[in-house]
Amino acid sequence: MALLEIRNITRRFGSLEAVKDVTLDIEAGEFFTLLGPSGCGKTTILRMIAGFDAPDAGELYLDGRPLAGMPPEKRPVHTVFQSYALFPHLTVAGNIAFPLEMAGRSRDEIRRRTTETLALVHLEDKGDAFPHELSGGQKQRVALARGLVNKPRLLLLDEPLGALDAKLRERMQGELIALQREVGVTFVFVTHAQQEALALSHRIAVMNEGRIEQLDVPEALYSTPKNRFVADFIGTINLIAAAVVEASRHGLRLAAPGLGEIAAPVHGAVAVGSNGALAIRPEHLRISGHADRAGLKNHFAGAVVEYLFLGDVTVYKVRLDNGLLLEALATNAGPGRARFHEIGDRVSVEWRHDAGVFLPD
Amino acid sequence: MPASSSRTDRSARLTRWLVTLPPALFLVVFFLIPALIMAAASFREPGEFGGLAPLAERGFSLDAYRFVLDDVIYAWILAKSFAVAGLTTLLCLVLAYPLAVLIVRSPKRRRDLLVLLVILPFASNFLIRIYAWMIILGPLDLLYSPVAVIVGMVYVHLPFMILPLYTNLEKHDPALLEAAQDLGAGGWARFWCVTWPLSLPGVLSGSALVFIPVLGMFAVPELLGGTGDLLIGNLIKEQFLDNRDWPLGAALSLLLTLAVLAVAGLSSALTRNRGQM
Ligand SMILES: Nc1ncnc2c1ncn2[C@@H]1O[C@H](COP(=O)(O)OP(=O)(O)O)[C@@H](O)[C@H]1O
Ligand SMILES: [Mg+2]
Repeated sequence: MALLEIRNITRRFGSLEAVKDVTLDIEAGEFFTLLGPSGCGKTTILRMIAGFDAPDAGELYLDGRPLAGMPPEKRPVHTVFQSYALFPHLTVAGNIAFPLEMAGRSRDEIRRRTTETLALVHLEDKGDAFPHELSGGQKQRVALARGLVNKPRLLLLDEPLGALDAKLRERMQGELIALQREVGVTFVFVTHAQQEALALSHRIAVMNEGRIEQLDVPEALYSTPKNRFVADFIGTINLIAAAVVEASRHGLRLAAPGLGEIAAPVHGAVAVGSNGALAIRPEHLRISGHADRAGLKNHFAGAVVEYLFLGDVTVYKVRLDNGLLLEALATNAGPGRARFHEIGDRVSVEWRHDAGVFLPD
Repeated sequence: MPASSSRTDRSARLTRWLVTLPPALFLVVFFLIPALIMAAASFREPGEFGGLAPLAERGFSLDAYRFVLDDVIYAWILAKSFAVAGLTTLLCLVLAYPLAVLIVRSPKRRRDLLVLLVILPFASNFLIRIYAWMIILGPLDLLYSPVAVIVGMVYVHLPFMILPLYTNLEKHDPALLEAAQDLGAGGWARFWCVTWPLSLPGVLSGSALVFIPVLGMFAVPELLGGTGDLLIGNLIKEQFLDNRDWPLGAALSLLLTLAVLAVAGLSSALTRNRGQM
């Protein structure tokens, strides 16, 4: 049995359906992420789990028991708010002790667990500081410590890294992973940043307009997105419009207008004749200077229109002769190999017949 | 560039002076100097027909203070005045807090209306409102009793408690209450652990705005409390208008001012110890 079962929940605000028939299971010990653009209903789902909001239809079960009618203060679920919502009149230690005091723990236990948790988030020397004396990253850690100290069954995190600058954000991502592994509390994490979701999560539910588009492990979401929304939302991807000419166990033969034939792998059933797009990641494309190789399988001629040198990799934008713009990633391994192709160079773009995924319309 | 930065420094300093000078002057002319005149008067002798005896003939004396210290009745009246002020402040707080919470929780449009209602009594004359209370309390057999004094004091000063509380409570971040509830706090715990401590600055300024004027108030005790129930305010007023003992009146009001300053100092020390809110 899953720790948290969400069964067909729907939430309406007036005529707007903020959450539409969402069903998902969250397992104990998991780092689960709700990922989606702003306004897709992530916070609304978190608020229903925490008890600040209730679904218009559907049920939630925690450890098999229905959550309906249980007020937030009774649920073994704590939240890390994006704004942190630290109590300004309490010290760091006072903030962290708060849930323990509310739970009526003994004075000794409160002192011991507060000290332990301060150490867990590396704030041993900040126990007597007030929140306004802390940096953004430190406030973030206090909010985490406060959410974890009373060992909730679930910790909900609503875009907790949103207010931090990029560098700090990256460091906190590492700390979050370590922290979750160490305390073993189940995390339900909300973000609109796909990289963050990929880096942190065991599983991700990609949401769009109140619905779950795809629920999978990060690798699968990245390599085999189920539809254009997911493909587009996660990472960078090239979409090549094409129709299915032939489908067999070994692969697909696609016809792309203006390009010719493309060989692609099969993922699930696809009907011959159906239209769609081959979605292929930039790192699966290779660029070579042999423009004359066009005509071979999955080789297409084009010209470099732009490149972006990023240090470890260079991103090329190549316009194929049929007008399609593709993005390709070349690693810069090896001395003196930082860059190969100049703007205007004629090149061939190539990829393996088992790369990419065909997404029917 | 040091030259230009010192010029902006100078113009900033000039602006600061221009802005702070008028209020400072006002306070010096209408508060500090009168207070010093009053302090000086308390060390003089009373004139035969009121006012002060000529300095050349009688000089300075400590008679007024000796008089106050000799008779325990003065200490008693001061203590009673403090008790009335304290009780009034407490009652105002108990009545104003739920009202302020109610106003803050009302939808925006109703909120403005309620704030207007709180300050509406100021639109009619203070004495008329006190006379109205005489008409209300008379038939209830409460007029000219300590109860009437307290009722009047609370009535007059209630808005001064509601408004600072409202201003404070309005600024509270609702996310804090949500966080508290999320972390296991029920209704009462949310109030006592979050709302109340965060509202202490409002409680303290409201209390000061009630406590201090009540100490000096003489109209309410005189009209509603009758002659038997003197407070320090009445006593001071009597020295100036009826007994014509200006030095005694000045000494009493100086002592009252010192007592008020002590209370104000104590309350601001309390706020500061609470850290930044
Ligand atoms: N209390 C509310 N009343 C009306 N509309 C709301 C309310 N809460 C959220 N919404 C709407 O529901 C949609 C989903 O909101 P939210 O769950 O906050 O999205 P996300 O967290 O993914 O950005 C948005 O269009 C938002 O405007
Ligand atoms: Mg949100």
